[in-house]
Amino acid sequence: MNYHIFREIADSWVLLAMFVFFVGAIVWAWRPGSRATHKDAADVPFRHEDAPAGETNQMTSEART
Amino acid sequence: MWDWIKIVALGLITLFAALAANWARDLAYQVHALIVMAISAGLFIWTVRTAGDPKGPAPTGYMDGVIRYGVVATAFWGLAGFLVGTFIAFQLAFPALNFEFLQGYGNFGRLRPLHTSAVIFAFGGNALIATSFYIVQRTSAARLWGGNLAWFVFWGYNLFIVLAATGYLMGATQSKEYAEPEWYVDIWLTIVWVAYLLVFLGTIIKRKEPHIYVANWFFLSFIVTVAMLHVVNNLSLPVSIFGSRSVQLFAGVQDAMTQWWYGHNAVGFFLTAGFLGMMYYFVPKQAGKPVFSYKLSIIHFWALIFLYIWAGPHHLHYTALPDWASTLGMVFSVILWMPSWGGMINGLMTLSGAWDKIRTDPIIRMMVISLGFYGMSTFEGPMMSIRAVNSLSHYTDWTIGHVHSGALGWNGMITFAALYFMTPKLWNRASLYSLRLVNWHFWLATIGIILYAASMWVTGIMEGLMWREVDAQGFLVNSFADTVAAKFPMYVVRGLGGTLYLTGAIIMCYNLWMTAFGKNQPAAVATPAE
Repeated sequence: MNYHIFREIADSWVLLAMFVFFVGAIVWAWRPGSRATHKDAADVPFRHEDAPAGETNQMTSEART
Repeated sequence: MWDWIKIVALGLITLFAALAANWARDLAYQVHALIVMAISAGLFIWTVRTAGDPKGPAPTGYMDGVIRYGVVATAFWGLAGFLVGTFIAFQLAFPALNFEFLQGYGNFGRLRPLHTSAVIFAFGGNALIATSFYIVQRTSAARLWGGNLAWFVFWGYNLFIVLAATGYLMGATQSKEYAEPEWYVDIWLTIVWVAYLLVFLGTIIKRKEPHIYVANWFFLSFIVTVAMLHVVNNLSLPVSIFGSRSVQLFAGVQDAMTQWWYGHNAVGFFLTAGFLGMMYYFVPKQAGKPVFSYKLSIIHFWALIFLYIWAGPHHLHYTALPDWASTLGMVFSVILWMPSWGGMINGLMTLSGAWDKIRTDPIIRMMVISLGFYGMSTFEGPMMSIRAVNSLSHYTDWTIGHVHSGALGWNGMITFAALYFMTPKLWNRASLYSLRLVNWHFWLATIGIILYAASMWVTGIMEGLMWREVDAQGFLVNSFADTVAAKFPMYVVRGLGGTLYLTGAIIMCYNLWMTAFGKNQPAAVATPAE
């Protein structure tokens, strides 16, 4: 194995496949109707600060060890 | 049944470690075998004594015990790493500090990898494990998957650090920068890392949130990529199963390319992607606002992942590496500037509408300066990767200055901010012991970084220019020793910068200790369960 393998990757269909995936990821992020989804996802850190979903007791974190 | 399997396995490990200590071919291996023997013997006794004990009800809530240990370990290793760093900075300025009685153990060559591994892997690694466990639970609304596996990850990782650090002092190194640990330490880290991936991935899979929050994407890419880098760069054959020496499978320029593919992606995925995961959780939390643009964070993620992996060859300009490969690395490094600044802008703009917090909240100020240094070093890096600039900067202290503005500024400051954020929450305190001390820490650390970076720019560019200076006949004007002598004042300034940074970290540890364990607490919001 030598660095020519990387050369093969760098200028062959693999490059094309990765570029297409990359552009696809951006297009997917900007797709129409994604705004509400992203708004919801951006609020994730503010929802379950103290306890997992469905556990009503707010002070369920373990006793100090 | 599980207890019996553990007892048998621990007994066999203890036995083999005892044999290995007896037949060891070198000191480092012998000491490591004794450490492993002691640990597994202790675990063996403990498992025997607790085997068959009735199990309590399945624990509920978030698994924060292991994170508390992680916070303590991060602070401890931070102090150790900064202390060694400051000491070796003064060793460079005053070579007499390479004491004669410590030759072979405490001279610069042995302590330097101890410093780099202590700050990157011990301080940074423990911070990444602790914050990733903290964040993945709270953004998945689920307890960590795998029960005590998380404890195995924590203790296993810290055993890796102890083995690596003691190995360096006794000369066990495969002399690959940032991948110095020898073969058996590498194998142990691989096992721990797979467990880490399982815990993290298991928690994501059982999440109660429909989304995988963007911070978890960054953490997951960090875990997966580091696993790949670690395994490929450490492909080696041990000389003996009872010795620490090994032979690399790659040779020559292939080995160099593999090493810097590893080395640069250790920066890209360990010190950037992982810490961006912290940034995308703690900055919105501390600011009390969701991230500026979630779309931008997705593009930031994919662009960073796709570009970073190609940037490694810029470490090998003007070497035996073919020009096309180093040009490839250079071009990708320059393109990488864009997503990096996209991420910085995303973090900074999260504060829009809350800019007053920079004045009132020293933790937010730490996050802002951390993002500032992220932006600065991700501009400086692409610039230095350009071949013409690199011909001046390479092998000089400019590189050291660049690394430290990223490590002290970006990684250090965001970690301090995360520790200040998590500690009151993890120990159920209403607030930190003292915000004034956070302010002191902020200014000491900032001035320390500025002294460090500025002195290294000056001395780096100076020595680069001195090395290439030729007279009218084409002879070199300066000898190497001339540049060493000329650098002395800047080395002293650098050491002072490190001292300030270390002082700030000591103040942080005092503050965190008083927050977690101090007697005089600001009234807590609620009493801890049990």
